[in-house]
Amino acid sequence: MTDTVIASVPPVKNSLLGRLPVVKQLRQSVGLQRGMLIAGLTITGLFVLVAIFAPLIAPYGFAQLRDAQGSFGAQQPPSAAHIMGTTVGGYDVFSRVIWGAQTAVLVIVLAVVFSIIAGILLGLVSGYLGGWLDRVLVVIGDAIYAFPSLLLAIVLSIVISGGQSSLWGGILAAALSITVVFIPQYYRVIRAETIRIKAEPYVESAKMLGAPTSRIMFRHVLRNATRTLPIIFTLNASEAVLTLAGLGFLGFGIEPSAAAEWGYDLNKALSDVTSGIWWTALYPGLAIVLSVLGITLVGESLNDLADPRLRGRKRVKAKAGAVSLTAVDQTLPSDVDIREENA
Amino acid sequence: MTTSLLPTDAPSVVAPKPKSAGGGLGRYLLIRFLLIFPTIFILVTLVFLLMRTIGDPITAAQGGRLTAEQLQERIHAAGYDRPVLVQYFEYLGQVFTGNFGNTISDNRPVTEVLLTYGGATLELAFYALIVAFIVGIPLGMLAASMRDRVPDAVLRIFAILCYATPVFFAGLLLKLVFSVWLQWLPVAGRASTRTELSMQTLPNKTGIYLIDAIMLGNPNAIGDVLSHAVLPGIALGLLTAGVFLRLVRTNVIGTLGTDYVDAARSRGVSEFRLVRKHAYKPALIPIITVIGLQIALLLGGAVLTETTFEWKGLGFQLAAYLAARDFVAVQGIVALLAVFVAVTNFVVDVIAALIDPRVRY
Repeated sequence: MTDTVIASVPPVKNSLLGRLPVVKQLRQSVGLQRGMLIAGLTITGLFVLVAIFAPLIAPYGFAQLRDAQGSFGAQQPPSAAHIMGTTVGGYDVFSRVIWGAQTAVLVIVLAVVFSIIAGILLGLVSGYLGGWLDRVLVVIGDAIYAFPSLLLAIVLSIVISGGQSSLWGGILAAALSITVVFIPQYYRVIRAETIRIKAEPYVESAKMLGAPTSRIMFRHVLRNATRTLPIIFTLNASEAVLTLAGLGFLGFGIEPSAAAEWGYDLNKALSDVTSGIWWTALYPGLAIVLSVLGITLVGESLNDLADPRLRGRKRVKAKAGAVSLTAVDQTLPSDVDIREENA
Repeated sequence: MTTSLLPTDAPSVVAPKPKSAGGGLGRYLLIRFLLIFPTIFILVTLVFLLMRTIGDPITAAQGGRLTAEQLQERIHAAGYDRPVLVQYFEYLGQVFTGNFGNTISDNRPVTEVLLTYGGATLELAFYALIVAFIVGIPLGMLAASMRDRVPDAVLRIFAILCYATPVFFAGLLLKLVFSVWLQWLPVAGRASTRTELSMQTLPNKTGIYLIDAIMLGNPNAIGDVLSHAVLPGIALGLLTAGVFLRLVRTNVIGTLGTDYVDAARSRGVSEFRLVRKHAYKPALIPIITVIGLQIALLLGGAVLTETTFEWKGLGFQLAAYLAARDFVAVQGIVALLAVFVAVTNFVVDVIAALIDPRVRY
């Protein structure tokens, strides 16, 4: 209990390390929340490590069909040589699971970086400058946001890759399709923050001093508008894994010879399951679940720690008053922006 | 004043200005209604333009088989060589009059495709929502009442697992266990061939198999349809159940901290009764607002679920038409989905506005 009280008091002076996004929350957390955050960080760390060291961990290449002893054979049950068996196409399941982590990490990083850059730019411009551009962007953003994201990603992946996918082509196509789907989320949050910050006295004084608009936007507004980004970042990263797998599962992803991709492997496992072959489906599926679980645990914990309703008990609630906007559920009603504007 | 104590999911940063209670509602409803049209318009336009950039359907279908000249002739005859803008306005005019044209790959009226497969997707989404409600709401209440204890931790992990498991993986596992190993339930499809054949004889079939089976009046058919629905319904429903669980938990925790719950507690109302009678009803309001967004998630998930279980719905067809570059069909399906999403969101917002006076312009 005492920890909670301490956490609700703003820290007087903290080292740089203590103010880093995740580290700060780790110190702030207690009990179960701390456990979840640590579990999430561990799984995510493991996932990233596997991705980086995939060439060392995986016994075979992701597109390797034979070794010195000859061909692997299709749908072989798990054995000493292939600890997770082989797929219907004759690939080693374990190797493809390991290599799949690399593909997933690449796609996540690219997609999130692209969408953060685009979302921030659009949100800043639209929120700060306002006017007709703002209104048009809000309506477009809402329309895209409301539409099933996977469907949009499918259409985009066809547009971008033309159905053909090499390693980088496929990864870029997948990342870009996911980007377009995510931009509205960053856009909404940054725009809402920008509108809030625009009215702050320090922005006005900067204006009075004659600072150019671009300087105010990037120096004064942007720096203060990024507090919710780590949360959306983690929530989006997990969604990116799922979207990538969904694309692969429907056959709009990356070719098996170009890169290992879990969704594609699950698609190929669809018919195996009917004949009772479980290893081709189980392992890639578990890999998806684990990686999403890890990232989501981190995101959830950050989100809960940012929300006074969930972090503290009643004492905090009484002090905090209005609930802070820092908690971003992916369940924002579509009219929040418009309402704020009209209020 | 009691309403202002209810936590809504909408974080109200700016304190709402005091307005006359009824005055804003009419205006809000009107503006909200008018907003449906740009939403649909933008999505239809977006898909139209995107589909034109990926090549024409005639080359995709006949590419290898015809000479370049023949190909050109066909493309010309179909009007795909005209400026995109001309095609676009023609298309808008058609959509406006409710004419979606014929699909290119199998030459069926798009309206017919929508009616046939839309019912199947709707049925699947309906089963999924039922599963989500049955699983999500009670478990969310349980987690809130046991806050920070073991059951809460387990349920929260369960909720995250629901979200973290792709519907197709959940579907594959369910299939493996219940259809292949235990052989309790059918592997795929919406009904057995026999039931489907007998349903063909119905004079005015709806395409929603459950209703059709009930109209047949054959208990075996109803059982058959339901047994096919169990696994897809669970696979898709668990996805939304996780969202509901988290939402109910968060909001019940919020309401449990309010003064009127304190008042009830001080009168000696048991914790169980507090959750069940006092705290949970206001916590359900945010669920209504979220259902609007869940519909989009469900439709996206339906594409995957339909492919996993060979459930012949819109999503299943959409994937097939996309592969064939049949943009007439894709546009039709997307337009229908856009209308559906926009209208659901409108209805949800209206309900939310009627319940909570703060959700108004």
